[in-house]
This record gives sequence, C-alpha cells and structure tokens, in this order.
Amino acid sequence: MGEEVKLFGVWGSPFSRRVEMALKLKGVEYEYFEEDLQNKSDLLLKYNPVHKKIPVLLHKGKPIAESAVILEYIDETWKGFPLLPKDPYQRATARFWARFVEEKCMPALFNCTVAEDRKKAVEEAHETLKLLENELKDKKFFGGEDIGFVDIVADFIGGYWLRDIQEIVGLELLTKEKFPKLCEWSDEFVNHAVIKECLPPRDKLFAFFRTRFGSKS
Amino acid sequence: MEEVKLLGFWPSPFVYRVIWALKLKDVQFDYIEEDLSNKSELLLRYNPVLKKVPVLIHGGKAIAESLVILEYIEETWPQNPLLPKDPHEKALARFWIQFGLEKMRPIHQAYFPAIGEEREKAAKQYQEVLKIVEDQCLGDQRFFGGETIGMVDIVYGMLAYWFECMEEAVGVKVIEPSILPRLHAWVNNFKQVSVIKDNLPHHGKLLAYYKTLREKLVSARSTLPTPSNHDAS
Repeated sequence: MGEEVKLFGVWGSPFSRRVEMALKLKGVEYEYFEEDLQNKSDLLLKYNPVHKKIPVLLHKGKPIAESAVILEYIDETWKGFPLLPKDPYQRATARFWARFVEEKCMPALFNCTVAEDRKKAVEEAHETLKLLENELKDKKFFGGEDIGFVDIVADFIGGYWLRDIQEIVGLELLTKEKFPKLCEWSDEFVNHAVIKECLPPRDKLFAFFRTRFGSKS
Repeated sequence: MEEVKLLGFWPSPFVYRVIWALKLKDVQFDYIEEDLSNKSELLLRYNPVLKKVPVLIHGGKAIAESLVILEYIEETWPQNPLLPKDPHEKALARFWIQFGLEKMRPIHQAYFPAIGEEREKAAKQYQEVLKIVEDQCLGDQRFFGGETIGMVDIVYGMLAYWFECMEEAVGVKVIEPSILPRLHAWVNNFKQVSVIKDNLPHHGKLLAYYKTLREKLVSARSTLPTPSNHDAS
C-alpha cells in the first residue's frame, strides 16, 4: 500500500510494547527495529532528536514520539478496533485515567524501589492503586468488554513488569488481598489473545529485572 | 444548550487554559471561584480523585485535568479548531504539549524556590529547555499554532504572563530577548491576542500572590535539617 509503518522499540519496554499492542489489535502491519539504548542508531537520533528515546513510530516517512501521543495517532489513523470510545465524555474519562496511570501510579510504584522510607512509599503507591481499582469497578477491562486505551497505557501494571519487580525487590504492591479486581484484570490482560503476543518473553524479563534490582529477598 | 460551568482559582494558569479555549470557541459558561484552602463540596464531588481545579462541568458531567479538558472542548465544540487537522501535525502538537509537562515541570520546581546562586543555575537550565522549544516547535512562526494561536500556545500560555511575575519574585530573568529572541517575541504577540488580553488575572495581585508563595517555599526549605543542596522538589 506504500504506507509503510515502522516501529523503533526495545524488547523490555512497556512503552514500546504499548504501541505494538495498539498496532496488533488493529491488524496493522509494521516493521519492528530493536534499538540498543547504549548505542542508539542514527535513525533513532534522526527521528527523535528531542528525547532520543523509544518508542518512535514512523508512518509515511514521518516520525511520532511519546507512546501516549503515538496511541492517539494510531487510533485516529486506523479505524478498526477503536481504542478510545466515540463519546467525548467517555474519551475524556479514558484520557484522565491514562494520565492518572502515567503521572500518579507509575511514579509512585517506581518510587517504592528507591525510596528511603519504603513503608510510606508503598502506602502512597497503594493509594493510587486503590483509585484505579475503584475506577475498574466490575468491568472486565478499563475499556469495557475488551481492551481499550487505559488498559494499554496500564500495561506496566497489568503485564509482568510490576509482578516481576515486586517479587524481586520484595514489595507487596499489587496483591489479591488489597486489590482483587485489579489482579483479576491483570490476569485477563496477560491472557488476552492479542496482548499475550505482545508481552516480552517472561524468563528474559525476569532475568533482566533480577540483574537490575539484585536478588534481595 | 447544556449548561457549562468551570470551577477555577484566579491565579491558576491551568484554569486560564480552559477559559481561553472556551472563549475562543464562543462557549458560554459560568465561572465558579474555588477557595483551595477550604474546598467546596462541589469540587470534592466533581473531582473526587484529585480534588483540584480546573474542573469543567458540562450537562452535569465533570471533566478534570486541564489537558484532558482542552481535548474535550476541542471535540465537543469543533468551531475555531485549536489542533491541526492533519494527524501528523496533531501528533506533533500533542508531543510538544507533553514536552512542556515532562521537561519544564521539574526545572520550574527547581527554579521558583531557588535562592542565591542556585537561581542563575536554574535559570540557565530553564533557558536550555526553552531553547529547544523555541528552535524546534516555534521556529520562525508567529505562534506555536502558526498564524493564529492553537492548543500549544494555550498550554504554554503560563510563560507569557504568569512567568514574568515569577521571574520578578525570583529576581533572575529567564526569557531574555538576547537569549530567547523568538520566544520573547511570542510572549508579546500572545498577550496581544484579544481573547487572551481580555482574560488575564490582575497583574499586581498575581505578582503579590507569587511573591508570597515563593516566600513560603523558601522558608520551608530553610527549616529542613539537611544542607541547602537538598532537593526541595
């Protein structure tokens, strides 16, 4: 069709995996380029000169950076399997929760791995997860019956990233006792037919985090 | 037409983003001033998650977070579009909006309460980031939106008016015409746009507000037990 789609990513990154999820859910063919972040390619530096980060999507020769921006672009360009709802108010709700995950949940979760006052950091992370759990309510996914924008942006939480980190570092973050609905959602997420093809290889990811965080028990 | 209400706080640049977007699209709305030291039942009901302003209430439904509100306004009232039509151009606009949020915020948090020599160092860091915006986003355009203002101008609007008051409170200027000539020109052009000019908080009041706020932040730092290079952000 001449409308080449290329994706520059890193195998273990939840940010580049988000883009793959969106493309696969919509059945969009793309060429994937694995980047070595210790030795960034000339193409990456050309296509994302401002941040020099992945993911970068290239469509019709034009680059787009920032995963949430890329997701919106994908949703507007390929209409099959909409990621955002049609109704403006529901779209606003989805964008609000996607921002909440990015700007509140994820920093609070990461902070638990570095904070001096770990107990306080965990409490703060729990508060953000509680709000997320309340928003999920009894839905199968944040998107309703099927995966949507918020589910994809929350891939770090739903996929194996958080589970692995909390096990290796010895943190009780996403637990069944405290967050039964989020845990159920997380299971649905990793077992979803398309999503499971987009997750990084389990063993490889676990090994990566074990090296990164050390094997403290 | 369904009722539109905006919960706001008079010094907040985030609230003004929403005011400008509504006015640019000629949307009638009721403005309700919030006392953030004594949050109203209305605010707690309509933004229970973050309890912050701005909150837009349209036909009884509430939307929070200024950037989310701007996208909602754009989709609900498509007249006088604030985002480009072309999907790639639109993605670029959103990229620069995100850049402002992620890159400028931590530098701003270091700059505003900075004391002594820290101020020059923070100002320099700020200038480096703003240089990127000036070169790669604004370029030779009059506005970020091109010939007329768009969503990126609205989001960066804080730099055009609030920031002068902050610079005065800190005592070290950032947007110097010799260092950021095009951004400096944008500041003046932006303030002249009639919807903007007619919708700005009182300069004297704003300056007093930021001076008081900065004093509080600076004195909170000096009560910390650790040495002055402790990160206050």
